[in-house]
Amino acid sequence: MNILVVGLSHKTAPVEIREKVAFPPTEMAAPLEQMLALPAINEAVIVSTCNRVELYATSRNVAAGITELKQFLCAYHQLKPADLEGHLYDYAGEEAIRHVLRVSASLDSMVIGEPQILGQIKTAYGYASEHKTAGLILNRFLHKAFSVAKRVRTETAIASSAVSVSFAAVELARKIFDTLEDKTVMLIGAGEMCELAARHFVNNGVAKVLVTNRTFARAEKLADEFDGTAVSFENFREQLHRVDIVLSSTGAPDYVLEAKKLKEVCKLRRHKPMFLIDIAVPRDIDPLANKIDGIYLYDVDDLQGVVQANLKERQKEAAKAEAIINEEIVQFQRWMATLEVKPTIVALRQQLDSVRKAELEKTFSNLNGLGKKERKAVEAMTNAIVNKILHHPTNILKEAQNGSDGDFYIDAVRRLFNLSDTTEQAPQASDSGEN
Amino acid sequence: MSAITLLFYLTLLVYLGATVLYFVGMLGKRPAAGRVGRWVLVAGALLHAGSFAVRHSTAGGTPVTSLHESLSFFAWCLVLLFLLLDLRFRLAVMGAFASPLAVLLMVGSALSPDVVMELNPMLKSWLFPVHIAFAFLGNAAFALSFGAGLMYLIQDRMLKSKRFTGIYQLLPSLDTLDKVNYTCLSVGFPLMTLGIISGAVWGNTVWGSYWSWDPKQTWALITWFLYAALLHGRLTVGWRGRKAAIFSIIGFIFLLFTFLGVNLLLGGQHTFEAFALF
Repeated sequence: MNILVVGLSHKTAPVEIREKVAFPPTEMAAPLEQMLALPAINEAVIVSTCNRVELYATSRNVAAGITELKQFLCAYHQLKPADLEGHLYDYAGEEAIRHVLRVSASLDSMVIGEPQILGQIKTAYGYASEHKTAGLILNRFLHKAFSVAKRVRTETAIASSAVSVSFAAVELARKIFDTLEDKTVMLIGAGEMCELAARHFVNNGVAKVLVTNRTFARAEKLADEFDGTAVSFENFREQLHRVDIVLSSTGAPDYVLEAKKLKEVCKLRRHKPMFLIDIAVPRDIDPLANKIDGIYLYDVDDLQGVVQANLKERQKEAAKAEAIINEEIVQFQRWMATLEVKPTIVALRQQLDSVRKAELEKTFSNLNGLGKKERKAVEAMTNAIVNKILHHPTNILKEAQNGSDGDFYIDAVRRLFNLSDTTEQAPQASDSGEN
Repeated sequence: MSAITLLFYLTLLVYLGATVLYFVGMLGKRPAAGRVGRWVLVAGALLHAGSFAVRHSTAGGTPVTSLHESLSFFAWCLVLLFLLLDLRFRLAVMGAFASPLAVLLMVGSALSPDVVMELNPMLKSWLFPVHIAFAFLGNAAFALSFGAGLMYLIQDRMLKSKRFTGIYQLLPSLDTLDKVNYTCLSVGFPLMTLGIISGAVWGNTVWGSYWSWDPKQTWALITWFLYAALLHGRLTVGWRGRKAAIFSIIGFIFLLFTFLGVNLLLGGQHTFEAFALF
């Protein structure tokens, strides 16, 4: 049995293509059932987010399965195969496993380490289990993917640093102030980025917000949103010494805050540190202010720089994550291998044979009077018993291999007879992936 | 190997273990290792205290007469104060500064000749141990403020230049570092003051004069004035942050000179015979 992946993502297709093949969450029943009905497909899961549409399936026949999945994707959305040509990728076996693990661990995301994708895959799996289109393998596989994603998140620093400008600002503030709770933020102007950053600061504990704007009414309106105070644009400089964090984004062509003024403010504050964030272009705050002791001035480029550095850091962490994934692939494949019919039959036979031999030994050691001939006869009899017992189950297993529920039989046999996960009789059953 | 030596080397080993753990915590980004390091350091401090107790019962009086003993005592003060500071501010990164420094002091101590002395009758006064304890606790506090100051400057540099290296993630906020610096200063300064006063009073009982402008005394006084200026600046003019950090670094350099340089270069009353340090 093979795991198959067919799909497209932000890496292979522009949004115009992605939106054409998206599956709306309100009508997942029909596509899932149609997908499951494909002759070469045994299980079906559909992941559909704004950045990717992927079909996960299992099949005995890789080539046929992939062709059918591609045809299904086109047919369902009434597209010609040529429309998706060059945008679709397909993976089978180990590559498919790796792809899904990477996707759910957020290594394939536009912003590496972003947390949404795992939830989206969980939702997709939810639809599949609701409509009973995920079988033994995909069930186990997706749970594996969830646990791997969690492992990556806890064992690497892949999601630890801010990758948006406004979060980067909050993070920097935490490096200057030990707590944000008793700090005051002042918004100068009303740019959208400024507002977003202010909201992040408030969410991270900042209690006091001052807002100033050339149009006082706008300042008042924004102040209302933050439960803050509006300050007139003429007088805001007099309030500056009370302010710890300044967010500035006016449309002014010149500096709104000169370094000289800030030097005075510093004195008034008894040199308590101040964090100035200038998101305006052209800039609002004289860049020389950064030279003043205790003032930390960041403009848009500086913040972008921090974000870029963090992204690079995430990429470094991603290498660690790949190693974790490689480990998990080996484990999962070991389990997959046990689902093959032939090794299962071999293992079953070995298991019964070892029981037979052990019991024979015991019996023979108690019955000393037996001759060679008698021993042979007893041995032959026990052999025949084992063969008779195994005959029917073996046939069933061989037949089941062609049906869609074959994996369940194999899994059941392995559990009932306590056959270990590895095909070569390991001394004790490993519990790999049993979670 | 006597019990004293055994305890001494065991302590050194435990401090070394704590250092390794703190570094693993810092460089390997494994905070759990730092937390274990703290408890290992606590164990080291207890062992160390045990070794002093044994030494005390063997030599009688304060066992801090040779360079070996005083370096070891300094290390213990440092660890003790760091642990107290850590209790208040949770400073695992600073552990990576304090514990190797303690190891360094212990190694220095191990390399200096270790003689359990028949105490010079001059040193047998209750004031002497008081003088020593104050002086070394003060030194340890200033050493920690030096560490905090250094970290402040690194962090400040990175925030200003907007270039961040690996250590950035681990450093506490500037505010916290400044508070640590201030705490160390406000603990260290009274200790140092008491150290100087108790030393003067003790000097009077031994030499019949409170102050004799011995080089050690002179340099201690200079250092004291430096720290007094810093404390004053902090309390009245609102010195803080970078300025305070630089000041505490300079102060510590003077302190080091008072502690080691004077003995090595200038001599004076504090150098009893060849082995002593005070």
